[in-house]
Amino acid sequence: MRVVIAEDSVLLREGIVRLLTSNDIDVVEAVNDAEALLVSVEKHQPDVVVTDVRMPPSHTDEGLRAALVIRKQWPDIAVVVLSQYVEERYATDLLSGDNRGVGYLLKDRIADVDEFVEALVRVGAGGTVLDPEVVSQLMARRGRSATDKLTPRETEVLALMAEGRSNLAIAGQLFIGESAVAKHVNSILSKLDIGNRPDDNRRVLAALRYLRIGEQ
Amino acid sequence: MTTSAASSRRPSRRWRVPLPIRALWERETWLATVHAIVGFPLAIVTVVTLSVLISLLASLAVLIVTIPVMLAIVWGAVRGFTRFQQGRFAAYLDVELAPVPRKAVSSGWFQQVKADSQQVSHWRQLLHHLLIGPIVQVAGFGAVIAFWSLGFVYSSIFFHNSLLRKHGPFGWDMHSVPVLLGYTAGGVSLLLLAPWVARGFAHLQTVLAQGFLSRNQAEQIARITQSRKEVIEAADAERRRIERNLHDGAQQRLVSLAMNLGMSRSAIKKDPSKAIAAIEQAHEDAKQALAEMRDFVRGLHPAVLEDRGLDAALSGIVARSPVPVELSVNLDKRPPSSVEAVAYFVASETLTNIAKHAQATAVTIEVYRVRDLLRISITDDGKGGADPQKGSGLKGLAGRVASVDGTLDIDSPVGGPTHITVELPCA
Repeated sequence: MRVVIAEDSVLLREGIVRLLTSNDIDVVEAVNDAEALLVSVEKHQPDVVVTDVRMPPSHTDEGLRAALVIRKQWPDIAVVVLSQYVEERYATDLLSGDNRGVGYLLKDRIADVDEFVEALVRVGAGGTVLDPEVVSQLMARRGRSATDKLTPRETEVLALMAEGRSNLAIAGQLFIGESAVAKHVNSILSKLDIGNRPDDNRRVLAALRYLRIGEQ
Repeated sequence: MTTSAASSRRPSRRWRVPLPIRALWERETWLATVHAIVGFPLAIVTVVTLSVLISLLASLAVLIVTIPVMLAIVWGAVRGFTRFQQGRFAAYLDVELAPVPRKAVSSGWFQQVKADSQQVSHWRQLLHHLLIGPIVQVAGFGAVIAFWSLGFVYSSIFFHNSLLRKHGPFGWDMHSVPVLLGYTAGGVSLLLLAPWVARGFAHLQTVLAQGFLSRNQAEQIARITQSRKEVIEAADAERRRIERNLHDGAQQRLVSLAMNLGMSRSAIKKDPSKAIAAIEQAHEDAKQALAEMRDFVRGLHPAVLEDRGLDAALSGIVARSPVPVELSVNLDKRPPSSVEAVAYFVASETLTNIAKHAQATAVTIEVYRVRDLLRISITDDGKGGADPQKGSGLKGLAGRVASVDGTLDIDSPVGGPTHITVELPCA
């Protein structure tokens, strides 16, 4: 897997490069601002782009804007956006439209090295990864009306689905059997009226529909 | 304290000269008189100068380019005369005219002339200098001089009655006692009125000057609104600075620390040597994060500033400065804590700037009191060229200084040296 990294803090940039390289991921270039990122993506056509939100010159959301440009111009390139804070608006911007190969993670998640690498791989394979924090924020905002439809357990399962977890992982997290998870998932999918499409990503789609983002 | 002691010693029942007579030699009377006398030449000079300048402006107006130049000169003269008047009122009448605010424009003198011409306060001053001031000043001068001199001459007419013609109107004998007595009575009344004429004109001129040459209420409010805006902006800028600082510093360090610990955890079974390298890196990150946090927290508001004052707090930052600093703090008593905090911020921010940009080899910091101002004077021998319009650091400094009504003066020619002078009011 070939990756381009954009991060303005030298310390973190080098750290992430080290981290990915030691996990046998090929970092083709690491740049320090959004403009250089677009140039690099154009040149290298990587599989995955990992970018910080806040970068020079204005230190606001140039990383996110670059990510949106990349998604539009090169839809095959997966993008993982790292952010110091969870901003709902960033998430909805990023996930509107085609949400295959998108990730939005809190920077702190880098610390859980294996999960971070796994998330990258998932996004690289066309999956969608949302930070648990994003999901819980969006869920909280949806309020009580949404939970009317789903049981509390199903809501929990849905939250984990939104993060892009597999049934096995969800089962481990909630200390229930994998078959129970599958039952919940089917129930959720039918309640949210998502057909039996041969698309792995429909689990995330379900979550997004539930969160009312990314609908065209 | 001395005044109360003096007044308590004075016997309360002692007879005092009645006011109408006492007024003749009271300080206030004579200052008002001098004020009126000085007003005359000032009126002449003002009218002549401004008339000449304005006719020059008008006659040269055919060459379009001279208009802004002449306007600039006229407004400069107007402000100069206003300052002179302010001095006159302060010196003789002890009246402080609040300075008229001038809207400053940063984009060149032409824009400044335009802004000056659009300001009502400039036209108000011009009207005073050209018309109202001169009329009242000349009238005041004439009246005050007339009352005093005629009062003196007539009240003492017995001693120099030969000055009068022998034969007056209606066949009066001007040297006869009743006529001379009448003159004396008239002279005495003029003398007794003279102090009140002088004071009256002083009062009239004061009222006019306060209306025309001083800040009016709307401008006062505008000024307060402006300074309140600056205070809020400075507070916002400070919050942004804190956010930026934490984000770029400690937060990244901690992420890196956590990442390195994560790497070592996942590597420890597969490749212990890699894990050790990551742990070493994490250890380094943790120490760095601590150091950054410590510096940052101390920079916000050092405890020693509160406990021991500016001298102690500044000694601390001076000791940590990479550029050698000569520090002298000369304060008899401690300034208010808000002023101390700004002074500390100024010194610490300036030293940071010097270390970052100036390439200086020596810095001098002097902190001392000038009347009711705290002055902080910082000089470095670096490369100069510091521009408050460019750097956000200097802008933040200016905002912080303005928040306590202080002034910031930066003199930094390219090539150095740089002098920064900050004056903070601390009564």
